[in-house]
Amino acid sequence: MAGPIKLSGGPGYRAKVRALGLVAPLLIFIVVTFVAPLGTMLLRSVYDPVVADALPETLELLEDWDGIELPPEAVYAVAAQEVKRAGAERTLGQVASRVNRVQGGLRSVITRTGRELREIQQGPWRESMMTIDSAWADPAIWYAIRTTGERFTARHYWNALDLQSLPDGSVVRQPEDRRIYLRLFWRTLMISGLITLLCLLLGYPIAHLIACSKPSRANLLLILVLVPFWTSLLVRTTAWIVLLQTQGVLNEFLVTIGLIGDDGRLAMIYNMTGTIVAMTHVLLPFMVLPLYSVMNSIPSTQMDAAASLGATPLQAFLRVYWPQSLPGVGAGALLVFILAIGYYITPALVGGSDGQLISNMIAYHMQTSLNWGLAAALGGVLLLIVLLLYAVYERLLGIEKIGLGG
Amino acid sequence: MSKQNNETHVEFKGVSKSYDGRTMVVKDLDLGIRTGEFVTLLGPSGSGKTTILMMLAGFQAPTAGEILLDGQPIQDLPARKRGIGMVFQNYALFPHMTVGANLAFPLEVRRMGAEERRERVERVLRLVRLEGFADRKPSQLSGGQQQRVAIARALVFEPSLVLMDEPLGALDRSLRDEMQYEIRRIHRTLAVTVVYVTHDQQEAMVMSDRIAVLRKGVVEQIAVPEGLYEEPTGSFVASFIGESNQLHGRILGTSEADNVYEVETGGEVIHALKVAQCNVGDDVTLSIRPERVKINPEAGRYTNEVDATVEDLTFLGNQLRVRLATCGREDFIATIPNIVGHGGWITGDSVRLGWTTVDCRALNHE
Repeated sequence: MAGPIKLSGGPGYRAKVRALGLVAPLLIFIVVTFVAPLGTMLLRSVYDPVVADALPETLELLEDWDGIELPPEAVYAVAAQEVKRAGAERTLGQVASRVNRVQGGLRSVITRTGRELREIQQGPWRESMMTIDSAWADPAIWYAIRTTGERFTARHYWNALDLQSLPDGSVVRQPEDRRIYLRLFWRTLMISGLITLLCLLLGYPIAHLIACSKPSRANLLLILVLVPFWTSLLVRTTAWIVLLQTQGVLNEFLVTIGLIGDDGRLAMIYNMTGTIVAMTHVLLPFMVLPLYSVMNSIPSTQMDAAASLGATPLQAFLRVYWPQSLPGVGAGALLVFILAIGYYITPALVGGSDGQLISNMIAYHMQTSLNWGLAAALGGVLLLIVLLLYAVYERLLGIEKIGLGG
Repeated sequence: MSKQNNETHVEFKGVSKSYDGRTMVVKDLDLGIRTGEFVTLLGPSGSGKTTILMMLAGFQAPTAGEILLDGQPIQDLPARKRGIGMVFQNYALFPHMTVGANLAFPLEVRRMGAEERRERVERVLRLVRLEGFADRKPSQLSGGQQQRVAIARALVFEPSLVLMDEPLGALDRSLRDEMQYEIRRIHRTLAVTVVYVTHDQQEAMVMSDRIAVLRKGVVEQIAVPEGLYEEPTGSFVASFIGESNQLHGRILGTSEADNVYEVETGGEVIHALKVAQCNVGDDVTLSIRPERVKINPEAGRYTNEVDATVEDLTFLGNQLRVRLATCGREDFIATIPNIVGHGGWITGDSVRLGWTTVDCRALNHE
């Protein structure tokens, strides 16, 4: 069916209204709980009005500033008044933390300035402020204020990509010790890729077995695949802790049979290994189900036919079965990979320090550092990666070939 | 009939098959197929015909017995090493490959050179009259064309034996007729041995050199098509191949140098050809073809003459089908070819029926 739904005239008018009425609850639900929050979040990554609202006149004056010399007394005067007002309106803290993100250490400078300016009624403002804190004698603080004063800004994205914009407008890489996000993105992609590969290696034979079984046995096996879904993710993850920790079941067993010494216990959890093992386990059903549904549609006579034509089992698999199962492989891999790069709870619980993924960093900026702009930008980059992958998949296999059901 | 000699190509020796260890799907099968012969395994579903084919192809292992191919036992040989072409029920074409790739597949796994591969594929496409279809995907072909590709793929590596498992089952009637002649033409052209499985007796009659009629895992009769029709040895074959009236009766005596039974059925005494070996007093089944029954014959011309009442008349174009009550039954059928028009009978008329002794075969009662 082509074309949008017409809402007036035509014989199907009532049916269309009814159809719209039936989808309306879901539509509203999705808009309210998904589209709107996602939109706000993405907007937040490029839009931040706090500083601009608190220091409007200062920022207007700073537009004429050359960025090298200290600004003139007039700027200090306006800034002092606006800082005082922001202090009174209790928005100065938010301003301070934003300026602080451009250059560390400025949070306390601004809050203290706000506090001490309350006692000072007249100028010269420049000297007074420099007395309060010598940071006011450094153009850097003005640069930081001007940067955070942009309502629409790309700086969160620069940050998310380990870049920074300099006062002269150029964009360069962050110094070595401050580059963290790209490495984290890379690690997330690598771990997700590895997990996808492990899921494929473990899931392919199982899906094949289920697809080849008699219906009654296939049902039982499918239920076994789905059993993990019956227990909470938290319980499953905790179970892995019990199994893999230093004093855990597996280590005890290995020590008991003498394969490793008591002092040589393996570190299998609270690191990358733990993240990989637990996430592979959690995501395996998402690989098995699409694979199974595609394999189920491959008639068993296909392999018989290949054999009757003289193909060895390996040739039959590689030339006949595998190509036909590819839509399932594609669907399963895409599903697992996309779920993996956004995974949060498992790495948070068992990942330790080197098993953390980008989502954990996003959560940190959401909950701890309260830098929502950066969190949103990191999420935006992640979204972009997913879309890119989707496009690649579309190019290679065609999205319409994706086999999620029948 | 096609070229053939008397060498045995395929032989089943006492082959049995059971899936669950209790019920026998195929029971003690002895069957010889000659080189170049077109043999059809004909039977209703559950008769074991497909199982026999699968054992020959190598997808099922016999529970007991031996299968010989050119005198060599093959029951332990995997399917891929048997070199037997197979046409599957739903074609089993590889959907992700073009027609050309499908046909080249058996040649590639045999490591044949590209040049010869191309040549063979072309030749076999010509044979099934699909020149120019090599680059299509199977899904772009009609059912009949897919069928031709499946046959071509089973032939392209030049096997001496080709198996076909109800290959025409998915086609509509007219296409099926066309393909029957097509398969027969190909069989004659290549002189390969064909073992064909179907439940359609007409299909079997059209194509086969010999037909083996199967029931419950046992070959009831194996004969040329005419032989099955004219000389069925059992009532199952008599009713499965063509139509036949089956009367149940008891033998009163024998006559004419022991070749004829006198059988009492529904109050009439019928002279029937002795096919089953029975004693006086035994129950037998008499089988009479509807087209061999004459209505109102000249008196004294037939050895069997009985009274009957017309129950129903059906005009079928080329023939008139008359349902009659006689010999204690109400479903006795006589058919009259539409040559001189029908005799003007109406329902309820009393008529005389006549048929010869040879057209009335006394078969084992079941």
